[in-house]
Amino acid sequence: MVPITTLHYLVVAAALFVLGVIGVLTRRNVVIVLMSIELILNAVNLNLVAFSRLWGLHGQVFSIFVITDAAAEAAVGLGILIAFFRNKETVNVDEVDLLKW
Amino acid sequence: MLDYITSYLGMNTTPGQAGNIFWATVYILVVFGGVSVAVMAMNWLERKALAHFQIRLGPMRVGPHGLLQPIADAIKLFTKEDIIPAEADKFVFWIAPLIILCASFTVYIVVPFGPTHAITDLNIGILFMLGVSSLSVLGVVMAGWASNSHYPLIGSLRSSAQMISYEVAMGMAVVSAILMTSLNKTGTGTLSMIGIVQAQQEQQVWFLFKFFPLGLIAFIIFAIAMVAETNRAPFDLPEAESELTAGFHTEYSGLRWSLFMLGEYAAMIAVSSIAVTLWLGGWMRPFPNTLSGETWDLVFSLVPGLSFLGLALIAFIGVARMPKHAYFRIQTIGLAGFGAVLGLIGLALFAPPVRDRIQDIFWFVAKVAVFMYLYIWYRATFPRYRFDQLMKVGWKVLLPVAIGVLILTAIVGVIF
Amino acid sequence: MTPVATPFFFYLLSGLTLVSGVLVITRKNAVHSALALIFGLLAQAGLYLMLYAPFVAGVQIILYAGGIMVLFLFVIMLVNLERSQKEAQFNKQWLVGLLAAGALGGLFVAVYMRGQGLFPEHAPLPLEGSNTQQVGVLLYGQYMFAFEIASLLLLVAIIGAVVMAKKRI
Repeated sequence: MVPITTLHYLVVAAALFVLGVIGVLTRRNVVIVLMSIELILNAVNLNLVAFSRLWGLHGQVFSIFVITDAAAEAAVGLGILIAFFRNKETVNVDEVDLLKW
Repeated sequence: MLDYITSYLGMNTTPGQAGNIFWATVYILVVFGGVSVAVMAMNWLERKALAHFQIRLGPMRVGPHGLLQPIADAIKLFTKEDIIPAEADKFVFWIAPLIILCASFTVYIVVPFGPTHAITDLNIGILFMLGVSSLSVLGVVMAGWASNSHYPLIGSLRSSAQMISYEVAMGMAVVSAILMTSLNKTGTGTLSMIGIVQAQQEQQVWFLFKFFPLGLIAFIIFAIAMVAETNRAPFDLPEAESELTAGFHTEYSGLRWSLFMLGEYAAMIAVSSIAVTLWLGGWMRPFPNTLSGETWDLVFSLVPGLSFLGLALIAFIGVARMPKHAYFRIQTIGLAGFGAVLGLIGLALFAPPVRDRIQDIFWFVAKVAVFMYLYIWYRATFPRYRFDQLMKVGWKVLLPVAIGVLILTAIVGVIF
Repeated sequence: MTPVATPFFFYLLSGLTLVSGVLVITRKNAVHSALALIFGLLAQAGLYLMLYAPFVAGVQIILYAGGIMVLFLFVIMLVNLERSQKEAQFNKQWLVGLLAAGALGGLFVAVYMRGQGLFPEHAPLPLEGSNTQQVGVLLYGQYMFAFEIASLLLLVAIIGAVVMAKKRI
């Protein structure tokens, strides 16, 4: 069996990143778009931790900060979603067009 | 193969750290079986103790003094009809009790029954336990959502709000205990469960009595928060039968409901073992520093055997008090057999090789059993909190006191 | 700590992560997507444990799976999504989006194939017993400023979320 190297983890992280990008670009539901953004952040975290195994613990400290930022951003994003839902009763991204000409 | 099995027996670490899959599986099965038996015993004890608190007798018919009642309950729940509400989301309805069950049982892999008697010793032991037990909030939310009915939804929202509020105060109390582990010679604390008890052993004091009264206040905060975390009285508004018609598990019947109860009792035992490890010295015997020495060690090592012999004595007194009627003959024989088994276990615990190995596990389990009895005592004694009073206590009373204790512990720890 | 059956656990955990990622972006029901994301986060915590990063794994379980996903589930329950389950799930530009993501994936493949010799293949096994202590020393020593800024960011996020979700400002 091929021993598991850092490249294996990087490939998994890249696949997760691409899945998250597909979710952000193609879904209409805002909650699922926000969850795809969480997938992207997780892929970045996996990349950081995989590299930190080679080159010191700075990668792990950075990934802790990324998780903290993801929490803050999810909270504010969901607050905006609630505020918008109260106005227009929909959670579809392409119906957020009040400023269109 | 045989080398693989016997090579672990000479080592001095937990099987998870040694990487030995066979012994890790054996330990997991033993702990799983022990927790299941403890949940059934807890079910029996709760009904009998609540009954005696209310000056009545409780279940007396099924076995001698109702000892086989949990088995009868289990058979009834297994054979009930499995009802799923009409418009409920079937997959989420099915998976919610499983999430609570898995979250409650996964924490047992780091619970330290002795210096090497744990399934494994993670570096992040206490963080793992707090994190995985907070996953049961997800199960509660999904149970209420999937039932597609008003009462479960409100009950699950209230229950999850209560659980996440009291987790904050629990975390602060736990951090103030972790601070005390760093007051040893090397100056580094530890998050691993075995390391916390070993820090108490090195400093020769239970963290309950350290920096008196700071350790005591932190312990009291954790004890209150853990009762609220597991939705037990007096904080059981979301799941009591006279309120919201049993809250988030209203629509669950039969086996699924018993999974909820199993998860709740297992979570109770898990948070009690956190409290025992952090403040009550884990597997250490009482009075390690005042009553130390060879003779006191010998005296305390006889306590396991004596306690089982005491239980056997109580069983035989019960046999003597049974009515001398033909209908009670089988119950009398059953109780006498139970007493004989307890007496044999007690006698076996007097033998020196067993005595040395069973010490740690016995003291740990005895302390957790004291907490279980306290849970039942609270349920019998205290009236229920209203939901806004509950949230007020969690955020406005427990959290500021916990932060204050944390800051004071840090200051006192640096000065002394 | 001796590693046991590393390839089996790696393929199992990374397979779970990728399958849950696919489920997140394809389910109609938002609650099912959230459940799939929770499983993916827990599998990723297992991957962190395999990479000898137990503290990050613990933080992932406590914060991500136990905190952020509870927030998501609460909001999904507040925002009643019955109607949106019957509408179209993918927007009008789905083909362009797929092509763009495919181009990104191709870029990743090209970069990884070219840069294979840039880092050592077999990592030295780090000491596991003191990971939390070392991360703590780094976090409160070298990265103290970033730590304080992160706490300020969380305060701003709390205030922002409360103001956003209020009924009348």
